[in-house]
Amino acid sequence: MTESSWRMPRWFHQMGSPKWFYGFAGILQPWFAIAALGLLTWGALWGLAFAPADYQQGNSFRIMYVHVPAAILSQSIFLGMAVAGAVGLVWKMKVAFMVARSCIAIGATFTAIALVTGAIWGKPTWGAYWVWDARLTSTLVLFFLYAGIMALNQAISERHIAGKATAILAIVGTINIPIIKYSVEWWNTLHQSSSFTLTAKPSMPAEMYLPLLLTVLGSYCFFALVVLMRTRSQIVQSQSGASWLMQHRDITGA
Amino acid sequence: MIRFMWAIVRRDLLLVARQPAEMINPLVFFLLVIALFPLGVSPEAALLSQTAAGVIWVAAMLATLLSLELLFKLDHDDGSLEQLLLAPYPSWSLVLAKVFVHWLVSGLPLILISPLIATMLFLPSQAVPTLMLSLLIGTPTLSLLGAIGAALVTGVRGGGMLLTLLILPLYVPVIIFGASSVAAAAQGMAIDGYMALLAAMFVFALMITPWAAGSALKL
Amino acid sequence: MSFTPSSESHLLCTSALACERDSRVLYNDLNFVVKPGHLWHVKGRNGAGKTTLLRQLAGLHPVDTGEVLYSNNSIKIIYIGHKLGLKEQLTADENLSWLAGLDGSSTQRQRYAALEHVGLRGYEENPVAQLSAGQKRRVALARLHLCKADVWLLDEPFTSLDQQGIVDEIDWLNQHTRAGGAVLMTSHQDINLPHVKILDLGQYSPLLGECLLDKGSAII
Repeated sequence: MTESSWRMPRWFHQMGSPKWFYGFAGILQPWFAIAALGLLTWGALWGLAFAPADYQQGNSFRIMYVHVPAAILSQSIFLGMAVAGAVGLVWKMKVAFMVARSCIAIGATFTAIALVTGAIWGKPTWGAYWVWDARLTSTLVLFFLYAGIMALNQAISERHIAGKATAILAIVGTINIPIIKYSVEWWNTLHQSSSFTLTAKPSMPAEMYLPLLLTVLGSYCFFALVVLMRTRSQIVQSQSGASWLMQHRDITGA
Repeated sequence: MIRFMWAIVRRDLLLVARQPAEMINPLVFFLLVIALFPLGVSPEAALLSQTAAGVIWVAAMLATLLSLELLFKLDHDDGSLEQLLLAPYPSWSLVLAKVFVHWLVSGLPLILISPLIATMLFLPSQAVPTLMLSLLIGTPTLSLLGAIGAALVTGVRGGGMLLTLLILPLYVPVIIFGASSVAAAAQGMAIDGYMALLAAMFVFALMITPWAAGSALKL
Repeated sequence: MSFTPSSESHLLCTSALACERDSRVLYNDLNFVVKPGHLWHVKGRNGAGKTTLLRQLAGLHPVDTGEVLYSNNSIKIIYIGHKLGLKEQLTADENLSWLAGLDGSSTQRQRYAALEHVGLRGYEENPVAQLSAGQKRRVALARLHLCKADVWLLDEPFTSLDQQGIVDEIDWLNQHTRAGGAVLMTSHQDINLPHVKILDLGQYSPLLGECLLDKGSAII
């Protein structure tokens, strides 16, 4: 049996057991669902309806409450996907690969939302739907990275090989993201005299900042919910026939 | 291990000699793309000289991509990749050997022909040395990063298109700094910073490619 | 469930080796020892995992559950699979040259001798693409005579060979094992040698419904 060179606590290895993960995730799921629903509703209502209008941008800045969480999540999910993939490669945990796979679609979706809302935000601010500014361009490249991972994942038919290949690509992509971001930002300063960043966050009053915090947290909870659900469904798929599955209430036996 | 890598290099060069199309095709493709640009946009010297740096770099990148698909695919299809992996040497050495040949065959000719291309696109002659230098540092980087993608899609259907999709985001920094360095040289500005960054990216690619591609080949 | 090899010298052995494909377990808890002089004939139905077993023993296929143990790190193994591993545009001699060059070197005289041994005298400078399927197989097998190896892992080595070729090859297997080497091979053809050992993979495939993943993370 391969041994890891570091001593990881027992709960770490326990998480790798599909049976345990399935049960634990099942317990966590409803809480994340409630949290996501609550935080997102509260944050959205507050930000979109009740927060004071920005003196410069008027009401159009409100799209920030959708754009910023999407942008933040798109990057963190990629990182999380790479970490899960790395865990799977080093400790040979199949559950880690399943978690990584669950992140792909939701991460790509958040990136797409960030792109679209960025474009929508750009129109009243700059007069054009698309500008090649640093933020939007690097988000676009990030979207291409997601698309590549998604395509690779679907192209390989054998599941555990797909998991490993996706993990390698995610790790390579993650290491490259800072380089890409830096190069795009640098390229942007070279070609545009004014550097108007899409999210001007100088000093935002609390009434503007807090709803943003809520929507970001709510989005994270939503992401956690989706990942847990999708990982559980992958576990069910791969373990079909295992006896312990039948004991769970939410599976109607066949 | 050096002898092992050298055996691979010799073998692959012998294969290219038997089938020169492998070497000539990317070169012709490069020229075609370059030629299409004035045809599609405008033959005006003023416009072309402004965009020359970027066009040459993008064309070089496309030409490299074209030949990357075959990097491991041919060996995979006839089973020789397996034999290479079975040798008692680490897989990263095999990756480095093959990437070296790939660069010799597809990158080096581009570098050698670039002064001609520069003339066709009205790139100021003072930028030509920078063009060659940036390609000299940049094309190995492209080969290295591309090898990761090639290794990942070995044995996968529709590999060529998928390969392009996987690698292009990784190529963005190289293109940006490569093309900007040439554009800066055309305007007479200093290029040290660009070259340093390009060199850093090359070293970075040199460090992660052997591990990533080697692991991917063993899948 | 741990497996202790006997005190006699062994070339390689497996310990609780298992393999699955797409969540279907091919074989499970496979323990056997390969000693010098062994000739193992791996049998099983189509899809039973014979090729995968050979690849796991060669080190080409990842081993997630169980272990493959080699007697020492410098054990030489030659694996010849379904795909022969020959470059079509190179001649037979050039192919042997790079194959031998992977782990050592060879002289032209040695390569020519190996090709003559497999009945390809006069074909040394022909591009492999011009050879027939049986002749290509012989070129691949010539490597066995060129590079001295302890263990031969051969996947369907009789494919495409004519009657004489099959007889010759059985003779080579015999010679190799008598000299202290070992062979593991798959074939749908019976091998009429007295010391052949049969490994039937069907015995190691689980009953329907059992699943490897039940045991959780592979490293516990």
